[in-house]
Amino acid sequence: MDLTLKVWRQKNRESAGAMVTYPVKGISPDMSFLEMLDVLNEDLLRNGQDPIAFDHDCREGICGMCSLYINGRPHGPERGTTTCQLHMRHFNDGDTITIEPWRAAAFPVHKDLVVDRSALDRIQQAGGYVSVNTGGVPDANAIPIPKTIADKAFDAATCIQCGACVAACKNASAMLFLSAKVSQLAMLPQGKVEAKTRVENMLAQHDVEGFGACSNTGACAAECPVGISLENIAILNREYLSAKATSEHVA
Amino acid sequence: MNWFTKTFSSTIGRKIIMSITGLFLCSFLVVHLVGNLTLFYQDGGEAFNIYSHFMANNPVIRTMEIVLVLGFLFHIYDAIVLTRRNKAARPVGYNNSRPEENSTWSSRNMGLLGTIILVFLLVHLWNFFVPARFGELEGVPDKDYLNLYSEVVLAFKNPIYVALYVISMVALAYHLIHGFQSAFQSLGLNHKKYTPFIQKFGYAFSVIICLGFALIPLYFFFFV
Amino acid sequence: MILDSKIPEGPLAEKWDKHKFNVKLVNPANKRKYDIIVVGTGLAGASAAATLGELGYNVKAFCFQDSPRRAHSIAAQGGINAAKNYQNDGDSIFRLFYDTIKGGDYRAREANVYRLAQVSVDIIDQCVAQGVPFAREYGGLLANRSFGGAQVSRTFYARGQTGQQLLLGAYSALNRQIAYGKVKMYPRTEMLDLVMVDGKARGIVVRNLITGKIESHSAHAVVLATGGYGNVFFLSTNAMGSNATAAWRAYKKGALFANPCFTQIHPTCIPVSGDYQSKLTLMSESLRNDGRVWVPKTVETAQRLRKGEITVNDIKEEDRDYYLERKYPAFGNLVPRDVASRNAKLVCDEGRGVGSSGLAVFLDFADAIKREGQPAIAAKYGNLFDMYQKITDENPYEKPMRIYPAVHYTMGGLWVDYNLMTNIPGLYATGECNFSDHGANRLGASALMQGLADGYFVIPYTIGDYLAQTPYAKIGTDHPAFKEAEQAVIDKNQQLLSINGNRTVDDFHKALGQIMWDYCGMARNAEGLQFAKQEIRKLREEFWRDVKVIGVNEELNITLEKANRVADFLELGELMVEDALQRNESCGGHFREEYQTPENEALRDDENFAYVAAWEFTGVGNEPVLHKEELKFENVKLTQRSYK
Repeated sequence: MDLTLKVWRQKNRESAGAMVTYPVKGISPDMSFLEMLDVLNEDLLRNGQDPIAFDHDCREGICGMCSLYINGRPHGPERGTTTCQLHMRHFNDGDTITIEPWRAAAFPVHKDLVVDRSALDRIQQAGGYVSVNTGGVPDANAIPIPKTIADKAFDAATCIQCGACVAACKNASAMLFLSAKVSQLAMLPQGKVEAKTRVENMLAQHDVEGFGACSNTGACAAECPVGISLENIAILNREYLSAKATSEHVA
Repeated sequence: MNWFTKTFSSTIGRKIIMSITGLFLCSFLVVHLVGNLTLFYQDGGEAFNIYSHFMANNPVIRTMEIVLVLGFLFHIYDAIVLTRRNKAARPVGYNNSRPEENSTWSSRNMGLLGTIILVFLLVHLWNFFVPARFGELEGVPDKDYLNLYSEVVLAFKNPIYVALYVISMVALAYHLIHGFQSAFQSLGLNHKKYTPFIQKFGYAFSVIICLGFALIPLYFFFFV
Repeated sequence: MILDSKIPEGPLAEKWDKHKFNVKLVNPANKRKYDIIVVGTGLAGASAAATLGELGYNVKAFCFQDSPRRAHSIAAQGGINAAKNYQNDGDSIFRLFYDTIKGGDYRAREANVYRLAQVSVDIIDQCVAQGVPFAREYGGLLANRSFGGAQVSRTFYARGQTGQQLLLGAYSALNRQIAYGKVKMYPRTEMLDLVMVDGKARGIVVRNLITGKIESHSAHAVVLATGGYGNVFFLSTNAMGSNATAAWRAYKKGALFANPCFTQIHPTCIPVSGDYQSKLTLMSESLRNDGRVWVPKTVETAQRLRKGEITVNDIKEEDRDYYLERKYPAFGNLVPRDVASRNAKLVCDEGRGVGSSGLAVFLDFADAIKREGQPAIAAKYGNLFDMYQKITDENPYEKPMRIYPAVHYTMGGLWVDYNLMTNIPGLYATGECNFSDHGANRLGASALMQGLADGYFVIPYTIGDYLAQTPYAKIGTDHPAFKEAEQAVIDKNQQLLSINGNRTVDDFHKALGQIMWDYCGMARNAEGLQFAKQEIRKLREEFWRDVKVIGVNEELNITLEKANRVADFLELGELMVEDALQRNESCGGHFREEYQTPENEALRDDENFAYVAAWEFTGVGNEPVLHKEELKFENVKLTQRSYK
């Protein structure tokens, strides 16, 4: 099939960008969206033009690197799908497809469709861990964890840190991401020990990074490629409120 | 900043204030509507005037009035702060965005709805509260209370006011449809068993309250 | 050069404990005087960086991805082995050791593998303590499942994304050290050279992938945890960015490269659908627990199926050949990966393959669904089934999956001794980047085990032994060795940018991949390998004459990044072929058609080839020098592997 692509091109962080139109021809419906972009990039390169930079790596939907805002939606029109797992059979011959980078103050554009998501790393550095050193830990079966809790923690832990929640949110809030990280560890006995400082510090970092606040539109969960639930945000709020009310950090 | 101000100036802290004040304002709506139902008494406004006299003079109510004003102020102030923050969080927007695919219109337009409600509130206060409180009303002969009822009748003969009131109540309904259940989520009150009920109740609450309020101007315009 | 594997003396089971006691220690107050560079942040790298930071060393960690959490360990699906024997089914450290040695077709070091089995149990404890949400039973204890090449259930898992969950555990430990300031993280930074001073590894040269800036970093030791080189085949299950550059440039600085021809072809991948294909997707091996592999019994049926004259459901039970169950009744569909892959190739070569290309076999869940019900199967494999459906647009609950082998893992890698140090003092290689533990074939769920074993429990001890004997003095990056290496990197980039030829980098990469797949893939022979060697040389010569790389170095330049990687693959491919040529036997993933049993099984030659082939670089285009490390088997008896 033949398509028209409107792609955000931006030379680097400092330059202004613009949408540029490219026709692509002979696209197979079995191609993935990124393979379609590969085809375009090979054409551009052969014509001596700079290929479009976009983030991608595993192309299996798990590394969370791919990050395209396709036709007005993060990761495109299919629910529960990362860009790399989106296939061209979901588009029609003659379609015009817009492709933009994630937009958020906390995600500056490096080039074209590549954005800087290190803010999400920094949020986790603020406390997204259990403070145990290697070695000297109890036997793995020493602390039984009810299956329902383990499963729920797992559901939260499936977050692939792609940033689609931020891209989808009208407030560019990273609450869904943050809540997945907080609630996973808050549910597990291993994470409970430092649950209070964790949620306090991680939210503080979230706010410092310039993400917006949650207004419960639910867009994040609707667009999340791995189905992180809004319940996590409620858990986050609860954890935060109770931590602030009862922790002894007065600063 | 100490821990307290830090907590309530964080993104979650402000949402907690939004939700608590929001739910408090919901309770005010209930009281207000129940009182206003006296307007439907076919007694020439006597019940309503007694009620409004009570509201204007009872010390408990007068105290709550201050709390109510604070509730509004905090709700509005935080809304402004949050909106500014949220706008700043996305300085460059999308060329093509289809939020209707992932969220409801009302959830995305709480600021707009809130602004309509604020404008309405000012007009509403100007119409009834200011004259009632600052003594521009006539007294009711042989009674020790003023005739707010006649003011109501007068105002709702004006089609512009009626339209404004009805439209504002629609805006309020949408504001509440998102806001009511959202408040519970912000407070962390999300549970498999109760959340579906809260959502349904919130929807019904929003529609019934706003319908109740909207009927008043329509009733006076068409039937009185 | 004499290869000293530094295997400690004494009985197998005591070697590691004894060695831990004998290694020199760095006193806690002195650890902060040492700098360590860790390249790569997958399971091996992140766990090493975090643990070394915890111990008190100053660590600098590098990855080319935008976040350490995206390293390709994340894509591992099935699980991680550990000799916990929680299932009370007869597992033990020795059994895990034995299975791994046997699965590797007796081409791995006994001592390393035994140590791996020993520390495997600690890994699970560590991960649970970090909050890794492993699958659990209703009683709240950990669940296990079985995997290829083993007759016990020792695989711990987190649905179909064990790799992600383990990596997030290591990443969280890494984050903690970053927050403490003990690890400085450099994402989107690619290592382009190793810097040696006085014969020791003392630093690296990197390119910042955003600004293009070429920079040097100095340290007392360098750990390469940069993964495998499967992308030499262009199509593989590796991530698009996975590359061999760090390891290869270390090789060019004198590190030996061991067993490069040992590549693992994973039996259960989604078949290629067209020439635009950019990568292959794995379907976890765990699917073979419940899926039955088959092809039509006759070529004629297969042909009619391919032409679309009949559908798969028209083929009667008696016309199906469940060839793995038929040939290997003991292990059935759970034979090791190399055996499963080779048999898939065999039946496809016979003309009994399915799918439009004829290069696929069925993996059928109909019986399992009948037996356990669709919900039970969905609970076990739901995400894999969804992924399959997304990619192929076919519903595996209704129609059997089509699968075909694909390049997945490379057992070969930088040669290391028992301490995981290469022959270059101060240069370590961990995880898939080294060659040490899997011999000629890796068992499922063992890669995660090895990566974390190396990073959490081995290198923290062994690197101390080296550092304790290294002076504190730091070497500045203004040292001539650094300047020289930087200049070489700059010159190479400039050379790539100035060719301005006609063929794209991907074009060359695909051509190389085709040569490798055809002649150095699932089956090899001397004639084909000789041919491939010439073809690769021609292709490499053409690359340096006609490749098209545009833009400048000082920007985010995706073509330049790829060109650097492919340039290295073009050299590495030749070494793989060279290695496959010298190994006149079949073992594990290395199947030489000249050497097979009458039943088409790999025929080893333990007399002449029970060694590690470690290659020394002598210049591009020159013949590398082969060094042999004899493998001694004192605790297992070498037998023809049999899974019947």
